[in-house]
Amino acid sequence: MLGLGVDRLQADINRLLASLFHQGVLDEQFLQLQQLQDETSPNFVYDVINIYFDESEKLLRNLRLLLMDREFSDYKKIGLHLNQLVGSSSSIGARRVRNVCVAFRSASELSNRPGCLRGLEVVEHEYHYLKNMMHELFQVLTCFVNILLTFTQTEGKNVS
Amino acid sequence: MVCEMETDQIEEMDVEVLSSMWPEDVGTEADKQFNVEKPAGDLDTLKEVTIETRTIADMTRLPNLLNSTHQGSSQLTNLVKQWEYMQDNAVRLLKEELKNLDRQREEAEAKELKIIEEYKFESNEPENVPVLDETSDLFRRFRQKKRDALVDSKKIEIYEEFDTVAYWKQKALSLEKMLEASTERERRLMEKLSESLKTMESQSAPVQELTQNLKRAEGFLHFILQNAPIVMGHQDKDLRYLFIYNKYPSLREQDILGKTDVEIFHGGGVKESEDFKREVLEKGKASKREITFTTDLFGSKTFLIYVEPVYNKAGEKIGINYMGMEVTDQVVKREKMAKLREDNAVRKAMESELNKTIHITEETMRAKQMLATMSHEIRSPLSGVVGMAEILSTTKLDKEQRQLLNVMISSGDLVLQLINDILDLSKVESGVMRLEATKFRPREVVKHVLQTAAASLKKSLTLEGNIADDVPIEVVGDVLRIRQILTNLISNAIKFTHEGNVGIKLQVISEPSFVRDNALNADTEEHEQNENALPCLFKKYMQASADHARKYGGTGLGLAICKQLVELMGGQLTVTSRVSEGSTFTFILPYKVGRSDDYSDDQDEFSDMADQQSEPDDTAEGYFQFKPLLGSIYSNGGPGISNDFLPHKVMLTSPIKLINGFVADPSNNTGQSEMLQLENGGYMDESKLETSSGHCPESAHQYENGNGRCFSKESESCSSSQASSEGGTLEMESELTVSSHREEEKAETEVKETSKPKILLVEDNKINIMVAKSMMKQLGHTMDIANNGVEAITAINSSSYDLVLMDVCMPVLDGLKATRLIRSYEETGNWNAAIEAGVDISTSENEQVCMRPTNRLPIIAMTANTLAESSEECYANGMDSFISKPVTLQKLRECLQQYLH
Repeated sequence: MLGLGVDRLQADINRLLASLFHQGVLDEQFLQLQQLQDETSPNFVYDVINIYFDESEKLLRNLRLLLMDREFSDYKKIGLHLNQLVGSSSSIGARRVRNVCVAFRSASELSNRPGCLRGLEVVEHEYHYLKNMMHELFQVLTCFVNILLTFTQTEGKNVS
Repeated sequence: MVCEMETDQIEEMDVEVLSSMWPEDVGTEADKQFNVEKPAGDLDTLKEVTIETRTIADMTRLPNLLNSTHQGSSQLTNLVKQWEYMQDNAVRLLKEELKNLDRQREEAEAKELKIIEEYKFESNEPENVPVLDETSDLFRRFRQKKRDALVDSKKIEIYEEFDTVAYWKQKALSLEKMLEASTERERRLMEKLSESLKTMESQSAPVQELTQNLKRAEGFLHFILQNAPIVMGHQDKDLRYLFIYNKYPSLREQDILGKTDVEIFHGGGVKESEDFKREVLEKGKASKREITFTTDLFGSKTFLIYVEPVYNKAGEKIGINYMGMEVTDQVVKREKMAKLREDNAVRKAMESELNKTIHITEETMRAKQMLATMSHEIRSPLSGVVGMAEILSTTKLDKEQRQLLNVMISSGDLVLQLINDILDLSKVESGVMRLEATKFRPREVVKHVLQTAAASLKKSLTLEGNIADDVPIEVVGDVLRIRQILTNLISNAIKFTHEGNVGIKLQVISEPSFVRDNALNADTEEHEQNENALPCLFKKYMQASADHARKYGGTGLGLAICKQLVELMGGQLTVTSRVSEGSTFTFILPYKVGRSDDYSDDQDEFSDMADQQSEPDDTAEGYFQFKPLLGSIYSNGGPGISNDFLPHKVMLTSPIKLINGFVADPSNNTGQSEMLQLENGGYMDESKLETSSGHCPESAHQYENGNGRCFSKESESCSSSQASSEGGTLEMESELTVSSHREEEKAETEVKETSKPKILLVEDNKINIMVAKSMMKQLGHTMDIANNGVEAITAINSSSYDLVLMDVCMPVLDGLKATRLIRSYEETGNWNAAIEAGVDISTSENEQVCMRPTNRLPIIAMTANTLAESSEECYANGMDSFISKPVTLQKLRECLQQYLH
């Protein structure tokens, strides 16, 4: 019973990851991240992604505030924010977010306000999509881990 | 009425006359416009025109001619007819006149009779009147009445009493007057009659009339033809001129008459016109032709010539009439027009062709772009798949699963390699590909390429590397690309060679500039690359034949990429090949020698390892030989194990390196311009020698043996390194993961030998810090963190580091500036520059710093954008190298291996 469930969840995870890769939402850097997770830091990916979401949300909020201001002209600040967002996105392998951020940044470099607004919208969209997907992934993963845990526990009990 | 009729008739007649004077087919309706008799203006205008006679005619023969030919006689007949017509007319006129006169005379006579009658009446009246007769009175009354009526109009008033003397006198007087008037009238009529008789006499000379008409016709012709550029003439049966009219006569009468064209003129066209005339004469049909004459007399002129045959009355040909008009200008214009039209057509054709080409090019570009995009799109998910598979391979698996997984990984790698090839090609073609200029050791590159090839060798081939002594130890260039080319060529060579040896030769061709010449010599036995296939070798997706594709597989991109890359580096890739003897691929690259004081920028971890194992003079070694490890492993292992056979190094590392090549694309190819390219003079002979040696299997065998003997020392050293790698493969055969672990262990042990290196990461992005830190942990290192340039400087000031990883884009103080300040500190020993820049550094620590030896601190930049400018900027600001973001384990490991000793 349990074995089947594990298999199914594993397949789910794989399918989800594959589709994310296929859509270009994620890239190989995400695999790097997974490689870094080991016994000493079992929740590494989860932690990093969570911090990424926290940070990014702050940045996006700032960006929106900056752009909503009618007498706004601080494109340099927008650029800095975007640099941060590009850096962290590429670090976790959030490829599509990174790409739209780069486009946004080039619009900000040209002081193109409508371009910036559009860029922000696209970035937010991509960001939320990523977040939803990640949320789904982690849900399945925690499910998976939980099953594995119970499995090992029962196994342990059996052994003992 | 009569007068009108007359003119009408004359007009008609003139038209007739005229039409006979012109050739029948030279215009018909237009003729009516020419009215000789009634010119629009004054008739006398013609007389005022001075007409020069330019006609040259044979006067004795012309009348003969006119009499004997139809044309001539018809004119005369016409004239006669005209005259007759006029005569008829005149007769009719006279008759009418006569009638008129008759009538008038009759009238006059009648009147006279009446008068006489009346007179008789008057004189006889008294005697004849019966006095007493009643009727006489009546009769008288009647007579009176009648007389009143008659005389009343003449208003003869007789005032005297009837039958008096006065009365009769008066009567006689009035009658006399009437008589006078009557005689007067008669006289006038007589005069008129005589006058008209006179005019009749004057009109009775027809010859005069005719001559006049003729004169007028002639005058008209002269008037019209006076300035026309026309030559007219008549020639007899033998084409001798009898008559010629020429506006600009340049020859005298005796020069022309009685002579033929050929006798008069010399030059081009004369013969043609003569022939034409003869033709017309023979065929008996008038025709026109354009002939260009080039004669000494009037230069080069084109004439439109009309020739008609002339018949005599018996219907025999007696000659031709000839009319020529100069049309040189028109011909020139026409030719110009034709030429223009032709040019136009050609241009239009070219234009459409060009449009087509442009269209095709655009299509091709679009297709290429799509291919590149698609490849890129495929690469990301595929690398995901391969990455997952690799991760999977680190988990616990049984033997069968592992085998399957290995197949999966290697296939995935192959596809990745293929996609990378496509991307490479499109990069080179679109000019995006940049070259790096780094120092590297050619010997090591060659050695490594051969080593790698030998490891996966499944045939009984000998791999040889031969590097000339004068090849410098270090040169500057894009090592990744060169290795790519060599690997590609070698793998091709191995693929298509079934017996003999495959080798790389490296030479400097010319002395003044260092030119490297890599030659690959593939001896093949069954290599079916015939001469015809050579040109398409370097084409994309082209293979020597369809059979090849089936037999050997592959996409046919390899050589195309090699060629493109070599050309991008300013070199040439050529091939010479003979069936069943071997092929030689030669590429010549311009090179710069690296400065010897800098340490080697060696990216080759394996050769580093090899260095440690072999003799210290390995860097200068010029000969390598790798033989397949036939007996021991391959035959034992069988096909199932062959997949495992040295898998990790070949299958995994090379694609990853290539991916790095993409990401770390930035380059500075500043040295390229200084490089020179030279012919490979003496080189080809050597290659021929080698190929001939590999001609038959026997000699190849000997050659191998010979090599084994001659270079026993080298081959020993090689085989020792071979043995070590052999050991590695043996280990891996049992447990694949061992290979990567082993390397890591090695790195760790190296680290442990020295004191643990201190690494500083300067980065402002939390995520990046987390990731980098975690990676470092996996690599067995810890590191300190600085969040910006200022913090970095403070940290460097307070403790010593072995390596700094520096983000370029940072708030407060960016990586480039921070690096500049650190370098200035290393040079001057103080932080003055940094303090000037506003960095707060405590002086107490400053003193400590001065005590420390100022070694150059390796600073590695971490750049977000992978553009070459950015990497140049990094170097310019004193950074040693750079890692492009996102940072991967592989990149970090390479970097640490290079900079932490």
